[in-house]
Amino acid sequence: MYKLTGVTKDYQKGRSTVAALAGVDLVIEDGEWLAIQGPTGHGKTTLLQVLGGLDRPTQGTVDFDGQDLAALRESQVTKVRAASIGFIFQTFNLIPTLSAQENVEAALVPLGAGPAERRTRAAAALESVGLGERLRHLPSELSGGQQQRVAIARALVKEPKVLLADEPTGNLDEDTRDEIIALLEKLWREHGLTLILVTHDSSVARRAQRVGIMRNGRLSIKQDTRHPAGG
Amino acid sequence: MFFTYLRRELRRRMRQAIFIGLGLALGIGLVITVTAASAGVKDAQGTVLHSLYGVGTDITVTKAPTAGSGGGFGFAAGGRVGTATRPAAGSKIHIDTLDGLGLGTITTANVSSVSGLKDVAAAAGGLTLTDRVVSGTVPAVNTAGGGFGGGGGGGGGSFRSNFHVNTFTVDGVDLVNGELGPLSSAKLASGRTFSSSDASSNVAVLDSNYATSNKISTGSTITIANTKFKVIGVVSVPAADNTSDTFIPLGRAQTLASMKNKVNTVYVAANSASNITGVSQEISKLLPSATVTNSSDLASEVTGSLASASSLANNLGKWLAIAVLAAAFLLASLLTISAVSRRVREFGTLKALGWRSRRIVGQVMGEAIAIGIIGGAVGVALGFAGATLVSKLAPPLSASVGQTTGSATPGGARTFGGGGFGGGAGGGPPGAGGGSGRFAASASHTVAVHLSAPVTISAVVLAVVLAIAGGLIAGSFGGWRAARLRPAAALSRVG
Repeated sequence: MYKLTGVTKDYQKGRSTVAALAGVDLVIEDGEWLAIQGPTGHGKTTLLQVLGGLDRPTQGTVDFDGQDLAALRESQVTKVRAASIGFIFQTFNLIPTLSAQENVEAALVPLGAGPAERRTRAAAALESVGLGERLRHLPSELSGGQQQRVAIARALVKEPKVLLADEPTGNLDEDTRDEIIALLEKLWREHGLTLILVTHDSSVARRAQRVGIMRNGRLSIKQDTRHPAGG
Repeated sequence: MFFTYLRRELRRRMRQAIFIGLGLALGIGLVITVTAASAGVKDAQGTVLHSLYGVGTDITVTKAPTAGSGGGFGFAAGGRVGTATRPAAGSKIHIDTLDGLGLGTITTANVSSVSGLKDVAAAAGGLTLTDRVVSGTVPAVNTAGGGFGGGGGGGGGSFRSNFHVNTFTVDGVDLVNGELGPLSSAKLASGRTFSSSDASSNVAVLDSNYATSNKISTGSTITIANTKFKVIGVVSVPAADNTSDTFIPLGRAQTLASMKNKVNTVYVAANSASNITGVSQEISKLLPSATVTNSSDLASEVTGSLASASSLANNLGKWLAIAVLAAAFLLASLLTISAVSRRVREFGTLKALGWRSRRIVGQVMGEAIAIGIIGGAVGVALGFAGATLVSKLAPPLSASVGQTTGSATPGGARTFGGGGFGGGAGGGPPGAGGGSGRFAASASHTVAVHLSAPVTISAVVLAVVLAIAGGLIAGSFGGWRAARLRPAAALSRVG
């Protein structure tokens, strides 16, 4: 699925250069669940952005299913993102003016799906995350957990190969956190997704097959069970 | 999705959208009002110019009077002009003369030459005359030598009070080129106008004001230069204070005024508006001593509140509208950029979902254009309201056209000239004096016109174009800002 080789990412901060990623080598297999932990500001989100084609590395290659995301044109990367990569954010990032169904539909727009198909698929996706009764609700009318479910439905509606989740439970209480993680785990299993999840929460990270630690832009693997989650 | 998203976003930013829309509406409303007022002023100017000029006439040609011409007349028994013979006291006097107001004359051959010039569509001669009727009884006057003279201007009041003077203006109309000249803008009120078969007939058409004030109707008879004319029609001419009282066939006017083959005004139509200046120059070459005036010359001579309104509409109004519109565009652009800045995460999220920058830019531009169109619609309504207010509240405008002797303006020429009725005993040389002194003075015409502010289709189209342009400008800035966003901004708050 992914093969990262010598990936660096430098940012200019005033006159100094900050290395957000300092030579990351990583292979992620199809259907794997990788959790990434680490202190704030040590490159977790940058790594996720590079994996999702949202940012380009300063050096190195990001091989995704045989395509180097670092070398592709922006339009090609956008196509890859639209078709194969789903994102879940800590702050849900729903469009506040659109209903739950319309937010999910937004993920199908770049794929060229027609309005009827979009509506049907969005409704099904929301049904699968337990929000079949909330199609027309605006984000402001939903709880945090429900908003994250909408975000998950939006990420999964296009049936991506990869799900990139950046602190998906960071804004949720413990009960809701457990619900969301349970849902993600279920969907990961059912859809055969590759799930890459950034989290501060060790109890969440422990459920992944592998846990990587980002520190000073470098990634080290702490846990590698390669067994189905459940522990 | 595009329209749903657009509609919801506008609803979310309703206050800002209303603010931007109202700014654009104000600018566009001002543009429409000013455009309408300008059109109204132009129409008013057209009305004034047509009243002075005649519809369809592009150029008029006149000649300055020769020195000492246009003099008054002396009188004597039998009405011989200029005689020093003194009529006997108690004798009745009735003198009816027709003369040419002192304007210089142009031969009909010259009219033909003008009509043959390149780019001239038609040329028609006109003869603007004054009929003066002096009637009364000669009083017994003790005089110390000298006869009655027309000139001198002085004269005993008691002598003059014995006579009644009636004057009215007479226009000799070229029936072959009737579309030019004094009757071209006239509307028939009753009867008929001239036909080519009337060329040698004693028939007259009267101005409606003159007919009304003198209680003359179609079918009546009037006397011009001791000759009976049958009134065949009554016409109303715009800005009637400049029109002649009566119109007769040119040939008859020439005969009665002893001005065979002569005219004092030539009305010329160019074959296109762009050729008017060129034709004016050609006529000046052909007739170096003539005064050639075209409508733009005349327009530049218009003064009075109409000119002030024109200046106001063209200068202050135009710049005010441009300033407000520019401010509205700037405001719309800044607020759109500001709105985009607040939606960084939203657009970043859409980019993360795979939306192309082009689509996001389109969304931003669509929102801005929608605000522009709504602002434009409100602006059109404001513009109509403004134009209605201008039409309702604008005071009547007056236009004055200053004239000097020999001006090309036929209407202008009508107000002066007309020799003095010298009188009195011991006057100067018979036949001299009187009028020539007056010709040296300048005169002016004042025409009252109502200012309307018509909103034209082109003004509405202009408003729509401006509204869309405003939206496009604002949307372009906003879109440019959105396109520059890094998709990674969606994740910038975490990690």
